[in-house]
Amino acid sequence: MKYVNTAVKKVDADALVQGKPVYTDDLAPKECLIIKLLRSPHAHAKIVDIDTKIAEKVPGVELILTCKNAPRHRFTSAGQTYPEWSPYDRVLCDDTMRYVGDVAAIVAADTEKHAEQACRLIKVTYEVLEPILDFETAKDNPIRVHDDDSFAKSPFHYAPERNLITSGREDFGDFDAEFAKCTHTVDCTYYTPAQQQCMMETFRSYAYMEYSGRLTLVSSTQVPFHARRHIATMLGIPYTKVRVIKPRIGGGFGAKQTSVSEFYPAAVTWLTGKPSKLIFTRQEAFACSNSRHQMRIRVRAGCDTEGNVTAISIESLSNTGAYGEHGSTVIGLVGHKTIPLYNKLKGGRFVWDVVYTNMESAAAFRGYGATQGTFALESTVNQLAEKAGIDAAELRLRNIAKEGAEVFMTHEIKYLNSSGLRGCITRGMELIGWNEKPHRQVMPDGKIRGMGMAICMQGSGIANVDTASVELRLEDFGFYTLMIGATDMGTGCDTIFAQMVADAMHCPMEKILVHGVDTDVSPYDPGSYASASTYVTGMAVVKACEHMTELILDEAAVRMNCPRETLSFDGASITAEDGTILSLDDLASALVAGPKTHQLVATASHGSPISPPPFMAGFAEIETDPETGKTDVIQMVGVVDCGTPINRALARVQTEGGLSQGIGFALFENVHYQTNGKMMTDNFMNYKIPTRMDTGEIIVDFSESYEPTGPYGAKSIGEVVINTPAPAIVQAVYEATGVRVTSLPITPEKILMGQK
Amino acid sequence: MQITIAINGKNYTRLVDPDTTLYTFVRDCGCYSVKCGCETTNCGLCTVWMDGTPVLSCSVLAARAAGHEITTLEGVLEESKQFTDFLAAEGAEQCGFCSPGFIMNVLAMKRELSNPTESEIQQYLSGNLCRCTGYAGQMRAIRKYMEVEA
Repeated sequence: MKYVNTAVKKVDADALVQGKPVYTDDLAPKECLIIKLLRSPHAHAKIVDIDTKIAEKVPGVELILTCKNAPRHRFTSAGQTYPEWSPYDRVLCDDTMRYVGDVAAIVAADTEKHAEQACRLIKVTYEVLEPILDFETAKDNPIRVHDDDSFAKSPFHYAPERNLITSGREDFGDFDAEFAKCTHTVDCTYYTPAQQQCMMETFRSYAYMEYSGRLTLVSSTQVPFHARRHIATMLGIPYTKVRVIKPRIGGGFGAKQTSVSEFYPAAVTWLTGKPSKLIFTRQEAFACSNSRHQMRIRVRAGCDTEGNVTAISIESLSNTGAYGEHGSTVIGLVGHKTIPLYNKLKGGRFVWDVVYTNMESAAAFRGYGATQGTFALESTVNQLAEKAGIDAAELRLRNIAKEGAEVFMTHEIKYLNSSGLRGCITRGMELIGWNEKPHRQVMPDGKIRGMGMAICMQGSGIANVDTASVELRLEDFGFYTLMIGATDMGTGCDTIFAQMVADAMHCPMEKILVHGVDTDVSPYDPGSYASASTYVTGMAVVKACEHMTELILDEAAVRMNCPRETLSFDGASITAEDGTILSLDDLASALVAGPKTHQLVATASHGSPISPPPFMAGFAEIETDPETGKTDVIQMVGVVDCGTPINRALARVQTEGGLSQGIGFALFENVHYQTNGKMMTDNFMNYKIPTRMDTGEIIVDFSESYEPTGPYGAKSIGEVVINTPAPAIVQAVYEATGVRVTSLPITPEKILMGQK
Repeated sequence: MQITIAINGKNYTRLVDPDTTLYTFVRDCGCYSVKCGCETTNCGLCTVWMDGTPVLSCSVLAARAAGHEITTLEGVLEESKQFTDFLAAEGAEQCGFCSPGFIMNVLAMKRELSNPTESEIQQYLSGNLCRCTGYAGQMRAIRKYMEVEA
């Protein structure tokens, strides 16, 4: 192997670091209608009347859409495999406003100024209704966020009359009986905020009509194929009328697994025939798109005197906001990607409610529920370790599953093929000095250092749902084109697939072109989310390469006139037993000329019945100033088992970035609403993501395992890396100050007021 | 009003509104490397140089830049390559959307500071947000770049 498991430069690196025009807004036509959205100032209101007469007189105004004239087909904006498990609870312009920022009107004009001016001149008469702004009061509240229950596709007990988009319960053994038997128990309730993804490129799309009367949308999306379906459904037009193209993407982190900006240029261009674009402001990206689900999670867990964790119960309440995209699926990971870490389990319970409120809709964010669940369960296990008098890392080592073990409450996998978690924990202990340094240390300046740790898991794709197809072509002169539908959003999947092909076909990476994504030409792929690309699309790439090798040998056998079994292929040429050589370049050229033409194209699809978990151990060392409560991260150590890291540089940077976002989730990132339901934290002045001054020293290493069902032994890495900082830092703060924070983020105020 | 701004050594004369920003102006002149990430001067994505000094183009009025020399990444590609080769080797451009503004500030730092400490580097660049990398890979690239003879 030449490229896999090495640090290869990204195939798009030069374009990106030279600032080439490769992103959506760089590519949009200059002559383009500019779209602005008139948004509701009320968290809950009915539009009694909306008058656009004066606004229409603004010069350059081309189209104004409101609940009076917009298409009314129901859709979900969740980018999930059909049939989506999210309710079809949206229409383009509804007459009910369900959060501050809901769309009352769509304005398209020749310039931004004219569009904004027209927005200001639209007269909306609202009947203001009482909103639900506290998610703990939403269930069975007489106020209904959605009063139409005809549009549920969700199979999970959708009950809008109770403001519930899903609820449920799973049991393993008898939790109550096992919990009663435990020597040490903890019962604690946690709160996590609606963290914001904050990718640097906000939501944006532009659309134009093609010569054949089809709608083409260029969009910063993680899910081009799902977006195609969303748009066709929203407009009520055949799927064949829509084409979606994904250029380079300025980050996503799950935010762009939901169609956000896409609908508006699609509608405007479809109705006017003119190109149009919509660029979300940062304020809109904060307040009018989607976020992580705010949650309340009660965990009860218990262990015996040896620290064997035998009983775990997770009761979760999740706030899906005004619309239900991803609500019914995110919740599953709260339990399914946390409880299975503990392999001595005898009694488990997982209970959930997901409620509508009149707040910004929540959707997908890296971690997808596992982040919230990990914070709650790992914080609980840290408390349990203290009660049992067992070192927190040692307690994990006693409880985690070995390779081959049966794992519990996973929803999909039953037996663990691969795990490097033990090595993650022991290596992490070494790197941070877990056994050498005191876990609480008063510094000469009076500040106090503390250490804490946590473990976590995630999935690799969605078992039995996700699928990916790729097409590998042998081109003239012996190079390959790999067509993919997976969406590189900075994560580097275009690069790692090229590495895989180069190794499989024994050729230099320069001979591989990777093309993605244009729904007209790319093979189907649900897109990049659920940590799926490396594992699921990667296996399709491996299969396509195997197929291509067979095709090359078949074709060479015919042309060299000797039995196929006697030929060998080394990537550059095909050699017969008698020493005759046919170069791949000559074969490839011959295959695209003359009557015997036969371009070799290998297609492959892959879906997996399992979602092998990557694992991680995170260790934090922090320093708190007891005078102010301010906490700084000194070191954040993360050791990851992602199976084989396909690209060591990219895997490392992914891990560092995930840890940084996790540090933000732990210490800084908070969402505040005014009492009327308007979000206050809607810019980078009020919503603080970590700067380079805030992350401390991030140290990353890998504890490799080999996943037999993955490409080159790989699992995933995209999401698992965000989960450990919050519980590890909470524990470190507790060690330092004695204050156990159960509601994120860990603000200085909480520490200061919590100190005795 | 009609103004002239020199961008990367070439004069551009345009009709602008009083509230047209320098960000809009440079992009209208084809400098697509310049990105906008926040509109509130918090993210550093729109960093360009005015007379050699980094400014946030989202909050400089085009009219104020009239008669000044503006430099964008397109104008310093040779100089920036010394740094971006290190950045790309780390994979620390990731999505790349914050890279141009960040690179402009790194080059300015190299010109301005000799042998800066780790903390001076962090302070100089603290206004350049990145959500992908956690900054660590960027720092590895910066350290290597700062060792290169100017």
